[in-house]
Amino acid sequence: MDAVFSFVPIWAAILAAGIFFYVLLDGFDLGVGILYGFEPDVQSRNLVMNSIAPIWDGNETWLVLGGLALLAAFPLAFAIVVPALYFPVLVMLLALVFRGVAFEFRFRDAEHKTFWDHGFCYGSALAAFAQGVMLGSYIQGFRIEGREFVGSSFDFLTPFSLLTGLALVFGYALLGAGWLILKTEDDIQERARRHGRFALIGVLAGIGMVSLWTPLVSPEIANRWFSWPNIAILAPIPLATLLTACLIWRALGRDTHAGPFIGAVALFSLSYLGIAVSLWPFIVPHSFTLWEAASSASTQAFLLVGTLFLLPVILVYSGWSYWVFRGKVRHDIGYH
Amino acid sequence: MELDPLFLSRLQFAWLIAWHILMPALTVGLASFIALMEGLYFFTGREIYFRISAFWIKIFSVAFGIGVVSGIIMPFQFGTNWSRYSDVTANVLAPLFAYEGLTAFFLEAAFLGVLLFGRKLVPAWAHFFAALMVALGTLLSSFWILAANSWMQTPAGYRVVDGRFFPTDWLAIVFNPSFPYRFAHTVVGFYITTGFVVVAVAAYLLRRQAANAEARTMMSVTLWLLTLLVPSQILLGDLHGLNTLEHQPAKVAAMEANWETISGMPLVLFTLPDDATASNRFTVEVPKLGSLILTHSLDGTVKGLKDFPADQRPPVALPFFAFRAMVGIGILMLVVVASSWWLRWRGRLFDSPNFLRACLFMGPMGFLAVLAGWTTTEVGRQPWVVYGLLRTADAVSPSLTGEDVLISLVFYMATYLVIFPAGAWVMLRVVRKGPQSADGEDEDEPLVEGGRPSQPVTVELHRQGGA
Repeated sequence: MDAVFSFVPIWAAILAAGIFFYVLLDGFDLGVGILYGFEPDVQSRNLVMNSIAPIWDGNETWLVLGGLALLAAFPLAFAIVVPALYFPVLVMLLALVFRGVAFEFRFRDAEHKTFWDHGFCYGSALAAFAQGVMLGSYIQGFRIEGREFVGSSFDFLTPFSLLTGLALVFGYALLGAGWLILKTEDDIQERARRHGRFALIGVLAGIGMVSLWTPLVSPEIANRWFSWPNIAILAPIPLATLLTACLIWRALGRDTHAGPFIGAVALFSLSYLGIAVSLWPFIVPHSFTLWEAASSASTQAFLLVGTLFLLPVILVYSGWSYWVFRGKVRHDIGYH
Repeated sequence: MELDPLFLSRLQFAWLIAWHILMPALTVGLASFIALMEGLYFFTGREIYFRISAFWIKIFSVAFGIGVVSGIIMPFQFGTNWSRYSDVTANVLAPLFAYEGLTAFFLEAAFLGVLLFGRKLVPAWAHFFAALMVALGTLLSSFWILAANSWMQTPAGYRVVDGRFFPTDWLAIVFNPSFPYRFAHTVVGFYITTGFVVVAVAAYLLRRQAANAEARTMMSVTLWLLTLLVPSQILLGDLHGLNTLEHQPAKVAAMEANWETISGMPLVLFTLPDDATASNRFTVEVPKLGSLILTHSLDGTVKGLKDFPADQRPPVALPFFAFRAMVGIGILMLVVVASSWWLRWRGRLFDSPNFLRACLFMGPMGFLAVLAGWTTTEVGRQPWVVYGLLRTADAVSPSLTGEDVLISLVFYMATYLVIFPAGAWVMLRVVRKGPQSADGEDEDEPLVEGGRPSQPVTVELHRQGGA
């Protein structure tokens, strides 16, 4: 606790990276789940699902890691934020249950295929929406006394959080469209390009409204962005966001297979950066900084030793499992 | 009526963990069994092991999928419903949970994809390696989660500052006094549960078609394994019980419905314990046997519940009956395994109708034993969530109302009552199809499609080889 050297910045970086990995990875496979509902026939639905069947489980593991890293490194934030998001967390978890079991059940329980199809598609959309709602209520902040959340379990429900929920559904759909363009061919790819443009319009509208609204709900955030010299230093972020959006729009219309996905990743990076700028150095917005919410130095050190060794190993073998299933989805690999 | 968020949160946690634990009870054992079959196939090249493995991989993937999604829910419960627990214990316990994710979940997830879908894409050794890694992942997962659970039962290596736990000695935290016993007892319990599932499936297949080579191999191999595992488990259970007597005497007193501290404690076979009057009714007991089991001496002294203040006693009836259910199932398992030695010696292991029927009956028993054992240890440590230090009542999230928790509980119940029966049904359907249709990939297409074989038809040859 009174160590000269602090692990807090390292853990903040690991946590930020872990959550960002989750958002990108499960983001694209939840997005694929959202777009799945628009596939017209069984063959293309099979192929779309198989494009993520071998990897979705690993992607979702980053959610567990993000949650547990938050608990381990910044337990006070975990103990305040998670109960405050009681119902969005509930909805997300149940939605993830239905979309997760749909992989196996849809294929092995053919009599109820339509039910599991809906579970997969609506589950994905609802999980994305719930995560967006969490983001929105997190930015708004929570009612806190001492070390506890003292608001109501329904505080999360505001027009602002519903808007961020909707924006994230479009955002994940864009990532999913990027993934499908990368992994499929012909008519599925064509549809993904069309859906991608639709999602891009939605996500831009969402980012625009959230960016204008955030300074209004929070004077601290307004001050962060619009005071001098911040405004000059930070102006590139929204400008780069606009530029990226234009590039994605063009890539969706051209014969590039990786372009839209890379563009969507860039768009998420910029939005993530924007949120980080708005909230730094708070981990419980406007109440507790990263340092105030940190666990003991011994706790952070004990976990860091293993994490610094294990995280690269995880990236290597997770990368390998992506490599094994590289290229366009094949009809003979996965569920049939 | 006032809804109690504490009671409902406990009910919710019990509901979620009880369903969830059924999946690891199967997948921890199956992952090792599949790795064994893949290893035998890799080293002997005999196709029968390949077909057995492919068959169980299908069942494993369903159970594992449900285990993953119901498992993701668990850590979030710490936040949503037990935020005070999180705040108070995180410095000590959270790294153990995080290490579970880092060492186990990613390993399982990455290699499961290759195990399920990669047989055509990677060399044979890599596929075997993937099976080994998935099995290792399930064991590492058990290691960390049971280390955390054991610390809550027998805390060590900590100090308390401002009402919160801080670590002082990580080795003492991970290898706390009850951990080695709990870990061994639980993992062997999971292996035995899986073993009886495999034996029951083999019995089902043999009853349907006596010459089923795969079923014979499954049954023979697994009964050898159980020959080793079941007696070991009885020994481990005894050691675990003695460890509990040392560190959590109130729990053992509840398990035995023992109110008074006495030497030469009888073993209560049946009774109706009453917490309010601190007494038993309708008791059937064997003199001195309780002391013999617990102290390994006829006149050993065992602490009774009245030695503990009333507000530090666990409820008695639940641990008492759950413990008896677990031990009873253990004895049945030993009887079945012992019968298998006799039948094997007589050469009738695969064609005794009564034995096959008994095996079918025992199929789900391991799950009941796991639930009973879990109930014993978790109810028996009440009213504490960290034994002797943090009360369950002080661990619940302060912001929750009874209505909040009732809503979530109803949704969790409804969801699990869809997901788990559907999962069981899907697994039973795979069993009905049997291993002889398994062809390695997750394919349901017939071997001969449109008049052309989609791959060489070699089933007949293998059947002779595997008998």
